[in-house]
Amino acid sequence: MKTNSKLLSAPYTVWMTIFIILPMLLVAWFAFTDQSGAFTLEHILSVGQYSNVFLRSIWLGAVATAVSLILGYPMAYIIAKLPAKRQSVMVMLVMLPMWMNFLLRTYAWMTLLEDNGLINAALSAIGLPRVHMINTAGAVVLGMVYNYIPYMILPLYSVLTKIDPSVIEAAQDLGADGKKVFLKVVVPMSMPGVISGVTMVFVPAVSTFIISKMLGGGGNLLIGDLIDMQFLGSAYNPNLGSAISLVLMVIILICMGIMNQFDEDGASQEGGLML
Amino acid sequence: MKKAAARLYTFLMFLFLYAPILVLIVFSFNDTETASRTVWSGFSLKWYQKLFEDRLILEALRNTLIIAVAAAAASTVLGTMAAIGINSMKRLPKRVMMNITNFPMVNPEIVTGVSMMLLFVFAVGLFGGRSLGMASIIAAHITFCLPYVILQVLPKLRQMDESLFEAAQDLGCPPAKAFFKVVLPEIMPGVVTGMIMAFTLSIDDFVISYFTSGTTQTLPIYIYSMTRKRVSPEINALSTVLFAAVMALLIVVNVRTAKARGQAKEERR
Repeated sequence: MKTNSKLLSAPYTVWMTIFIILPMLLVAWFAFTDQSGAFTLEHILSVGQYSNVFLRSIWLGAVATAVSLILGYPMAYIIAKLPAKRQSVMVMLVMLPMWMNFLLRTYAWMTLLEDNGLINAALSAIGLPRVHMINTAGAVVLGMVYNYIPYMILPLYSVLTKIDPSVIEAAQDLGADGKKVFLKVVVPMSMPGVISGVTMVFVPAVSTFIISKMLGGGGNLLIGDLIDMQFLGSAYNPNLGSAISLVLMVIILICMGIMNQFDEDGASQEGGLML
Repeated sequence: MKKAAARLYTFLMFLFLYAPILVLIVFSFNDTETASRTVWSGFSLKWYQKLFEDRLILEALRNTLIIAVAAAAASTVLGTMAAIGINSMKRLPKRVMMNITNFPMVNPEIVTGVSMMLLFVFAVGLFGGRSLGMASIIAAHITFCLPYVILQVLPKLRQMDESLFEAAQDLGCPPAKAFFKVVLPEIMPGVVTGMIMAFTLSIDDFVISYFTSGTTQTLPIYIYSMTRKRVSPEINALSTVLFAAVMALLIVVNVRTAKARGQAKEERR
């Protein structure tokens, strides 16, 4: 029976070999060859020319992740302190916007942030000067935070609800005040949630290409836009696109590796994938 | 005082999360000729009428549903089989399989998208045949849905008592029948959740479809082209319809699970 059930995963193994492993090998192959198929390091080396784009992506992704953490942590904490019944309603309300396609959510912000959009209309209605918001780096960060903050709140919430109240009581009994309990007990115990939240926001934020296109105008090119341009855009060059993709993958893997270092016992696995 | 601050924070957070969606919905009812997105000029349903007369949107919707049904069905069957296989593996092969399963979930979507685009273009160059279209999108969607199904089914398999399957066989049940009568009912909740996830992920996917679709339109791809080219409240109407559909679906699912929970409680008594 054992051998029989192992065979059941054979179609899956074949499928993933064709559609995951082979494509990744193709990316590597394209990255290290030129149009005629000869080996070259030209494309990998020329990725260096785009270091400003890489730095901008990592910077904006990091800012968006930090903002999500700062805004999301209190929210997760508040939800975790509610009575159990209301908790599930609140979690659902946090998740609900994610059920709307992210293009539509981002489009909604376009209508709000435009120079003659709703926010500016409201500002001038109360006599304040208009503010230029669309097509700025700030708008891109806003779009990232808006789209990915539920990925921060959910793992944080699931870790915070699991903290045993008696641990907190013990700290209080031993004379710790509210601030100390929070910093010395709650925060360290919620680290696995912080780590999976940070990963789940940072990875999509760094590699996004639509949000920057819609809210950032042409001036805030990100890695994703660069890759898009090489495959489906004006600068058609799959070899260079593959090289950039490869570098992006390596950056992400390094970041995840660093994050996992903080997470010695792998506890974040649980909180990670609630959806 | 503390409680009031918490309430205020919650309110502001939900304002942030929902205000843009509300604005979209309100302006879908706007009666305007100039397609202005910010000036309110009366109530009208004309954008909805336009929406349902738009052949391209309806075609994109049809494609999206075909893809989602096909991808959900295939990834559920393949994924459940794979989970059973992985569950019976020894440590090392299990770890290898789990790493392969987790890879597409941590890999940036755009890289998965372009890598599959390379594969399909390469395959067309090698074997000929039609270029990118429905088949390539469905294959790509099955691929990114599979890990989610497996990760839903595996815990259910782990919770299951293995001796149940053996007991059924000892009582003379052929393995296939034992699977459908004993194992499948046990893991069914995981299978169903996996299938629902696969379906919704497929409907919602833009990035991977964008790179593997060629000229075929799915709803998210069509929405993308709408946001790029012209500004029309039609897109607001579309958002509203989709949001309403999602709400309805969520309510149905929640009522069902609440009922199931109630029944389970009854049975325990």
